[in-house]
Amino acid sequence: MQKEYKSIKSIAGPLVMIEGVEDITYEELVEITTASGDVRLGKVLEARQGMAVAQMFESSQGLGAEGSKARFLGKSLQLGVSKDMLGRIFDGRGRPIDGGADIIPEKKIDINGNPLNPNARDYPSDFYQTGISTIDCMNTLVRGQKLPIFSGAGLPHARLAAQIARQAKVVKVDDEGNIKEGSGNEENFAVVFAAMGVTFEEAEYFTNEFKKTGAIERSVLYINTADDPVVERIATPRMALTAAEYLAFEKGMHVLVILTDLTNYCEALREVSAARKEVPGRRGYPGYLYTDLATLYERAGRVKGKEGSITQIPILTMPEDDITHPIPDLTGYITEGQIVLARDLHAQGIYPNINVLPSLSRLKDKGIGPGKTREDHSGVMNQLFAAYARGKEVRELAVILGEAALSEADLAFLKFANKFEDVYVRQSENEDRDIIKSLTMGWELLKILPKNELKRVKEEHIAKYMGEDAEADTASDAAPAKEEVPEEEQSATEEEAKAEFSS
Amino acid sequence: MEKQGTIIKVSGPLVVAKGMEGARMYEVVRVSEKKLIGEIIGIEGGEASIQVYEETGGIGPGEPVYSTGQTMQVELGPGLLQSIYDGIQRPLPLLQKEAGEYITRGIDVPGLDRKKTWDFKSIKNKGENVTEGDILVEVQETSLIMHKVMVPPGINGSIKEIKSGSHTIKDTIAVITDAEGKDHEISMLQKWPIRNPRPVKDKSIPSKPLVSGTRILDTLFPLAKGGAGCIPGPFGAGKTVTQQTLAKYCDAEIIVYIGCGERGNEMTDVLMEFPELEDPNTGEKLMKRTVMVANTSNMPVAAREASIYTGVTIAEYYRDMGYDVALMADSTSRWAEALREMSGRLEEMPGEEGYPAYLGSRTAQFYERSGTVKCLGANDDREGSLTLIGAVSPPGGDLSEPVTQNTLRVTKVFWGLDAKLAYRRHFPAINWLTSYTLYNDNIKDFWKNEIAEDFEEYRTQAMGILQEEAKLEEIVRLVGMEALSPKERLTLETAKSLREDFLFQNAFDKIDAYTPLKKQYWMLKSILNVAHHAQKVIEHEDFNFDELLALPVMERVAKCKNIDPDKEDEFKKLWEDTEREIMGLQKA
Repeated sequence: MQKEYKSIKSIAGPLVMIEGVEDITYEELVEITTASGDVRLGKVLEARQGMAVAQMFESSQGLGAEGSKARFLGKSLQLGVSKDMLGRIFDGRGRPIDGGADIIPEKKIDINGNPLNPNARDYPSDFYQTGISTIDCMNTLVRGQKLPIFSGAGLPHARLAAQIARQAKVVKVDDEGNIKEGSGNEENFAVVFAAMGVTFEEAEYFTNEFKKTGAIERSVLYINTADDPVVERIATPRMALTAAEYLAFEKGMHVLVILTDLTNYCEALREVSAARKEVPGRRGYPGYLYTDLATLYERAGRVKGKEGSITQIPILTMPEDDITHPIPDLTGYITEGQIVLARDLHAQGIYPNINVLPSLSRLKDKGIGPGKTREDHSGVMNQLFAAYARGKEVRELAVILGEAALSEADLAFLKFANKFEDVYVRQSENEDRDIIKSLTMGWELLKILPKNELKRVKEEHIAKYMGEDAEADTASDAAPAKEEVPEEEQSATEEEAKAEFSS
Repeated sequence: MEKQGTIIKVSGPLVVAKGMEGARMYEVVRVSEKKLIGEIIGIEGGEASIQVYEETGGIGPGEPVYSTGQTMQVELGPGLLQSIYDGIQRPLPLLQKEAGEYITRGIDVPGLDRKKTWDFKSIKNKGENVTEGDILVEVQETSLIMHKVMVPPGINGSIKEIKSGSHTIKDTIAVITDAEGKDHEISMLQKWPIRNPRPVKDKSIPSKPLVSGTRILDTLFPLAKGGAGCIPGPFGAGKTVTQQTLAKYCDAEIIVYIGCGERGNEMTDVLMEFPELEDPNTGEKLMKRTVMVANTSNMPVAAREASIYTGVTIAEYYRDMGYDVALMADSTSRWAEALREMSGRLEEMPGEEGYPAYLGSRTAQFYERSGTVKCLGANDDREGSLTLIGAVSPPGGDLSEPVTQNTLRVTKVFWGLDAKLAYRRHFPAINWLTSYTLYNDNIKDFWKNEIAEDFEEYRTQAMGILQEEAKLEEIVRLVGMEALSPKERLTLETAKSLREDFLFQNAFDKIDAYTPLKKQYWMLKSILNVAHHAQKVIEHEDFNFDELLALPVMERVAKCKNIDPDKEDEFKKLWEDTEREIMGLQKA
């Protein structure tokens, strides 16, 4: 029988000080019963002789020093896991909120997890097709990667994340450069979604989106909305990642984890840190923010000898679109690249408003090329990058000097940049472009440029993939045929994808 | 191990225990029944503050603390090479064998294999007098490296007994009787406290460059063997790629690579790649000369603090054998953050941005462990060097933050990475305007003697042109290209050629990734030759810039990186053709 303490000394925000305690341990769970009989959960942040500082996972509203009772549970916060979690919706602390029954756990796992031994990791190298050209072709995602979306207030990151969750699949490309029949239909695919401090509407959007496409059957959702207790947010992503680890490394599933919005998570961390009167680091965030974020992000990856994988797409909104703010900054130092959303593209009505220049995927090199995508992928990617960067510079120059002052080559680059944004970046929310289509479109765009400016693509690839001229009348038989194939395939894969989700 | 104290407080990696009267600073203790490894970092009365190198969840007041009487040490001996350790020298493959994919707590595995036998040969005889640092026996550790077992510092005397043959590292291989008649048993396994620099006979000024095959580093901003350099840069600018390129291609004999608070997948990449890659200097597998220390960002924060010292002590040990050692630490900012976190939990008075006030002195202590040295030992004049290269990750790319500033004060080479260059996909994204080296004067003679008499001249000229370009670009932005004189236009063209054909280097391309020093000089000369000759013709009235750019030789200069490094003739021919073709313009 565990002891109950009535010796709560002080309450400050989410922190509760309990005196006269015995045999307590660090990180242990504590259950506090209020005078009115409510039970609230917290964990020990500091264990001293005769004193414990506990951080509540729930609001401390209505909690009084008198009349409340604290009970130490002798274990840390655990999540009961089972395959039945798929298709269910939980709150930020792992309790079902979809009206269904409690999960009968196969086992219970500490939500903090343990660090993965770097020696046991397998390097992620499987191309993960999202159907979005600016990601697939230019900032390629691979399975087991952590690739955050850096967004801003009011930008459509939720729609983008939902689209990725809907369309992401591993496809195989054969030697001819066609997508292999039947690849991309995987049974062991799951989505784990954690919402931290998002609005009810945004949470609802995701739930409905998953329900609409049938993806809910393969998803586990953890929802902590903006009006839920702030400190609960600290546990929410850990719940989600624990569930993901279980599904990936014990059940062999390929799990896509979407975490939104990390900014709210960090604010919660700051709140607890301030309540503890810790020495603040930059902008009031605790000095251990990097370490803390790393314990979340580093839970993505693959393990040698195991089938499953965890791919993470955390979303964060940059305050004032400032990429040097501590949250995006520290995130960028841990994750393997970033997808940056641009406000100006959004204002022009372009969706998805991905700004490819500051975006980056660090793991792309091992996931592209012959055998993975196509031999010309790296060349096309670099050429598109270089050309778009130059086009944007020309655009700035045109503002100062006027378009008349531009050279012919510069004008071509300007035209390229405009077309690139209009045709290549822009795609509809339901458009699932496969990688071959993305590459073909890339070649199509490069035709705008003078041929002697194409320095990053190989001559042989120009001959093979670009065709002779833009009209394609005189082009060889192979080129137009190649352009036809992916379109058919694309609609086919779209249908397959839908079928996959609704099955 | 005897029980000493009792825990009275646990807060993250910090544990406070009472009853620790006999404790000394930096003594290693075992915390709780789980025997977690910790180190004493503060003493007040009978209370000791302990930083614990493992997770402390589930540990509580009342549990015991055991003393060991030792300070934090690393094990030194054959078997270090090709190993991968965590921050406190536990081999990661062994941890995986013991505990599975995840690193759990309280696992105790030795740093070096106790069972493996090594063949060794004595190079000293019975009865000989030896002093500290003298080499006793030699072991072929890998096909690349001869491991030399030395007399541990502090021991002098005559050899009473010495063996050759095959033994484990724990076996006694020699006995030395000191002046007082006391016998010291020497085994291949030796230990050294990580926070103390290993002693040397003498330090000297570095005078040889560390050649890495990366053109911007070797030619423009060279680092000397035995020097210290830093690579600050925002995320995505290529710090890790630069560090890894250095680890792969630099001409040090031993590489110690510390992944300190960085990404797990990156370490995996190194782990999977290094055993495959070949060293361009020896043709052997890179792993055979490499020791890795990996404490990724999600591993315990206190062990991250120790990882830097673990690495540098291993590096010093090989330096003492007379090797050129290079150590890469990626990233020292994470190490500084670990210091900050511990300092915060100790409730110390914070300095700038919450970092402890001693950040500067700790940083200096670390970088001062670099150097070109005369090793201990009476009988030979072994010289070794330890080069330290630290990556710094300044928040938001802001170089005014404390870690960068403290590092700049003690390092003499600054390779400033630039996000703008990275966005333009110019790699290595090292900014040639802000970077600097202070070793230029030290290694001038080396260039003169080993490469070419006029290497230094070309280098200075190239630097001048690049500086000039920055100024001219301002003008072009304001008033357009037409306002420039032909001479200025030529400077711009040459600078462009320098940037695109010399400084730009693809680390993932097999040939381009490594350029030998001689070839770097030839390439530089090829590019500057164009400017040199063109200068004579541009003042001519009929001179047309497009004609110059259309010369066939221009394309050959642009592609001179593809010329085989053995073919000096081809470069010579290129220089002749350059002169002929450009002079031809004048006649026309």
